Amino acid sequence: MVNTLDQIFVLLQHWIVGLLPAVLQPFAGVLLNVVAIIATFPALFAIAVLLERKGLGRMQNRIGPNRVGPFGILQPVADGIKSLTKEDVVPFRADAVVHFMAPVVLVVIVFMGFAVLPMGRNMTLVHMDGALLFYFAMGTCTELAVFMAGWASRNKYSLLGAMRAVAQMISYEVPLLLSSVTVVMISGSLSLDRIVEAQNQYTWGLPHWYIFTPWGLLAFLMFAIAATAETNRSPFDLPEGESELVAGYFTEYSGFKFAEFFLGEYVGMLSISGLGATLFLGGWSAPLAVLNFVPSWIWFFSKVMLSIGVMIWLRGTLPRLRQDQLMNFAWKFVLPMTLLNLGVAALWRFMDGGWLRWVVCSAIVLGTYVLVGRSEMRRRHYGPRSYRYAE
Amino acid sequence: MLGEGILKGLAETAKNFAGSFVDKERMITVQYPEERVQLPEASRNFPFLVYDGPDWQAGMRCVACQICEKECPPKCIYIEKSKDKKPDFVGKMQIYPAKFDIDISVCMSCQICVEVCPFEAIKMDTEYELATDDRFGGLLLDRHQLAKSNEYYHKIHPTEATEVDARLAEEKAKAEAKAKAAAAAPAKPATPASATAPKPATPAQDSTNVAPPAAPKEGEAS
Repeated sequence: MVNTLDQIFVLLQHWIVGLLPAVLQPFAGVLLNVVAIIATFPALFAIAVLLERKGLGRMQNRIGPNRVGPFGILQPVADGIKSLTKEDVVPFRADAVVHFMAPVVLVVIVFMGFAVLPMGRNMTLVHMDGALLFYFAMGTCTELAVFMAGWASRNKYSLLGAMRAVAQMISYEVPLLLSSVTVVMISGSLSLDRIVEAQNQYTWGLPHWYIFTPWGLLAFLMFAIAATAETNRSPFDLPEGESELVAGYFTEYSGFKFAEFFLGEYVGMLSISGLGATLFLGGWSAPLAVLNFVPSWIWFFSKVMLSIGVMIWLRGTLPRLRQDQLMNFAWKFVLPMTLLNLGVAALWRFMDGGWLRWVVCSAIVLGTYVLVGRSEMRRRHYGPRSYRYAE
Repeated sequence: MLGEGILKGLAETAKNFAGSFVDKERMITVQYPEERVQLPEASRNFPFLVYDGPDWQAGMRCVACQICEKECPPKCIYIEKSKDKKPDFVGKMQIYPAKFDIDISVCMSCQICVEVCPFEAIKMDTEYELATDDRFGGLLLDRHQLAKSNEYYHKIHPTEATEVDARLAEEKAKAEAKAKAAAAAPAKPATPASATAPKPATPAQDSTNVAPPAAPKEGEAS
């Protein structure tokens, strides 16, 4: 029974595919998976938007949307209808083709990442040996979509916004990759399936998740920072900066194309949360051995939604960084920490299992964090700002 | 340590988040169309005309003296005097406004019309739901729309309305006493003082003071 529930989607897919003639079966199987992914994640996107609007409201002692449906739960539907019925304006001198393509490219690329994410036991669309590599290759392409949008709008502010966005995304791409590399070093595989399998073991009922190791914790923190910046979320949401800029690179977009950017951003959040969960939080594995009876896909999606919740929480808490602070933070703090973490992970890999490697690795990680933090805090860049007024 | 401030901030927002479900005091939002905040008594936005009794035309306090029209800084009041007369609250025959329009799209809610009115006829309203789809006609209120009963005035500004009523009653009593005195002593020779005596005390003084400058301006207004 437990096993059936765990594999319910897999069995369902096999049953549907079994109804079709044998020639169509491989094709239908893939199509069914793709449709499932394309149906699930926009639904989660709607839930995430609702959670964000209600949750942020609560954090600011507001009520949040409460007019559409009971407690405002139909707000995403209303938003969707609104964006569908809005006029789609294309600037007169804009490059119409590229202008049209940019949001499509963004959404398509963002969805590509889900192809390799294991969303449950045996629930990976493509079992790829270089899954992580594929994921990052796809993730990097979002910069292309962003720049297409900014460039094709033929608006200098869009272009500037796109340049800022691309600069930010490229800067944080490096620590994102480097923090993920530690996982590859320890698990010895680029396949996300195998990374999850490596974490799906228990000692005294506790899981072997990589976040519960010194190097894993640091890598996860750096990954979370880089992922937040990568998805243009607060406090790194300078490219959009709705209170300062108009909307950055998608200033010239309206109607459904605007909604597509929005969708791309949120699905990107879901996707990178999924990757983070897979790499550090054990993917679909249960947090305690006794909880293994709960279907694996529930664990995956609850981890993803938990990450989304934390992102919303951060957005409700932190003010936006300045562009120079953003760059300093990426190159002078996050990148050195991830580089150091490579060394720590190597040490962890080659020291014998035992308490000594825990002590040594924890000491290195914690010591460096404290020291770097202290020295950075003492610098002008992170401390309290002093203002000089023109006289 | 680096990140300490972030943790503090996260704790603060978490407190807000959880608190908003428990503590009613935190949620200060008033859901406007369903819930309303009680307006403070001194609140005001646009003027209205007070009338006594059940009939708005008969009970209208305004005597079309046009002081408010002249004092109005943005010139949003337009008054046309009537040809005939009707009795005011003490029974004296007065002219009344045949036309009294206030353009509330021009009005700046300064309350100067209320302060200059010697007859307590124009007061400030608290009605704020005045949105209309016709920005010219819809915001130009005529005398029927402006006329509101004294009971309504009592409802929106109780303290002020009570004071006004007391003052008017005093004037009325004084005028009646004068009239009685005049009736009781018909034999007395008419002095210049008795010519002004039957008039109500304050309004009479005001109207005599103001009436002369009002007359020449009438021509330029028309």
